[in-house]
Amino acid sequence: VTGVSGRTFRGHALVLGIAEGEATVLDEPLSFWGGVDSSTGVIVDRRHPQVGSSLRGRVLLMPSGRGSSSSSSVLAEAMRAGAAPAAILLLRPDPIVAIGAMVGSELYGMSLPVLVVGEEEYRCIRTGCSVSVRADGRRAEVRLED
Amino acid sequence: MKLTERDERLLAGERGEGAALAMRIVVGVGRATGAEELLDVAAAHVDGCLYHGQASLDFADRLARSGATVSVPTTLNVGSLDLLHPGLYRGDPETARKARRLMDAYVEMGCEPTWTCAPYQLTANRPSAGEHVAWAESNAIVFANSVLGARTERYGDFIDVSAAIAGRVPASGLHLDGNRRARVLFDLSGLPARLLEHDVLYPVLGYLVGRHSGGDVPALVGLPAGSASEDRLKALGAAAASSGSVALFHAVGITPEAPSLDEALAGGEPARSVEVTPEMVRQARDALTTTESKRLAAVSLGTPHFSLGEFAELVPLLEEGGRIHPEVDLYVSTSRGVLADVEERGWLDALERAGAQVVVDTCTYVTPILRRKDGPVMTNSAKWAHYAPANVGVEVVFGSLEECVLSAISGEVRRDGRLWQDL
Repeated sequence: VTGVSGRTFRGHALVLGIAEGEATVLDEPLSFWGGVDSSTGVIVDRRHPQVGSSLRGRVLLMPSGRGSSSSSSVLAEAMRAGAAPAAILLLRPDPIVAIGAMVGSELYGMSLPVLVVGEEEYRCIRTGCSVSVRADGRRAEVRLED
Repeated sequence: MKLTERDERLLAGERGEGAALAMRIVVGVGRATGAEELLDVAAAHVDGCLYHGQASLDFADRLARSGATVSVPTTLNVGSLDLLHPGLYRGDPETARKARRLMDAYVEMGCEPTWTCAPYQLTANRPSAGEHVAWAESNAIVFANSVLGARTERYGDFIDVSAAIAGRVPASGLHLDGNRRARVLFDLSGLPARLLEHDVLYPVLGYLVGRHSGGDVPALVGLPAGSASEDRLKALGAAAASSGSVALFHAVGITPEAPSLDEALAGGEPARSVEVTPEMVRQARDALTTTESKRLAAVSLGTPHFSLGEFAELVPLLEEGGRIHPEVDLYVSTSRGVLADVEERGWLDALERAGAQVVVDTCTYVTPILRRKDGPVMTNSAKWAHYAPANVGVEVVFGSLEECVLSAISGEVRRDGRLWQDL
């Protein structure tokens, strides 16, 4: 699909919230625990192709999380430090990511929506695209801007 | 998702704001996993007491200060401190203070201060077959599901204590029959019989099984029934959980849900089969060693926590072998519960005479305890070998318990050639 500017599509919300930011699409799965510095949001896993990139304020796209349940703590801690992604879009539901975002939201009054989106839509989004995410009790939407 | 009236009352704050928060987390996870309803759990094992930063403390404080308490018997995993030997901690005092506050907050919520990653070694805390529990800590999860036949999902940070407070978990994952059947078979008939009779095979085999399971429930065919002790199954499960997030395995003819291969498969067909060769075992063993360097800084035993049975093997090895080399530290991590039994048998004196340091309430790869990191650390644990290089920044050498003790005494890595000659 090309020319998706201004396109809106639906997702399934794991965690509600409203956010916008530039997309970062991960080339490979990432464990937040051991993979991301929670004080800066920078990827520190040396085996990851995007090591050194910052996830702070980004709309993060990854198929699913990976590894230890301690990743929930790292995500909540990154939210506390203001270093977390703005939103996370997944291909498969991931309770570890959802728990981190829920707890960070509860503790620090922040919003970090986590949505599961379809594969076709997921593939439309490239790193650097502007994306806004809106998930309330009634609907969960992702909108691509130019 | 279907909620009961009791669930709704908990959400509405009947037991306070902390319990309502716990229930929101449980329900949120239920929605995320597509569960249709919640289930009662009989017990919980909580891992959140290990300090991972301010957020972990903020969460526990929020619950404890609201007066939330657990509603089922709940054991605690390791913390960041050895409360019986506080001098062993070599980290920053501010972190220690917060780690201590975190441990206290969980006790205030009514959890038992067991401080062990092996709650299954405490006879009072063993769930029975078929019982639903909410256990955290990957090695405890795989032991509960596989060896005890209890039912737990892979619980971890935040959801563990939330489930303990609510007494409820989403009806999903390994709580459900359909997700417990084996889908990948590991055929062990190609391995030399002598190797199957030795402890050292089990962590290596677990590491290999984790790497080749690809997220599917594995069934092992060909483990000799008489030789699969709980300690060996503990080592196997902990390794498989480390290398491949395995939360349940079946050992045909040994574990409770696999009296036969057909029952392990629940009448279905396996998606794939893996013929385990001596070459695969050799590769898995070698992957657990990161250095050729021989001059040891330390030896670390007891990941997961050493059992009384393992102490019964270690103590005579040390009594026969003599003192540990003055430049090598030998740590044995265990629970304070098992330590009490060790003392009662008079074994602690023998351990101290040999120069061994017993560590309780925590573990040497999750907190700064190692005195020396300027040389390789030897271990008989695949889990320790897997995590320690990244967690505490050391090179590791994997070996059998006998090799570890022999090496600790001589000061450099010693191998038992006979042990590995079949590979």
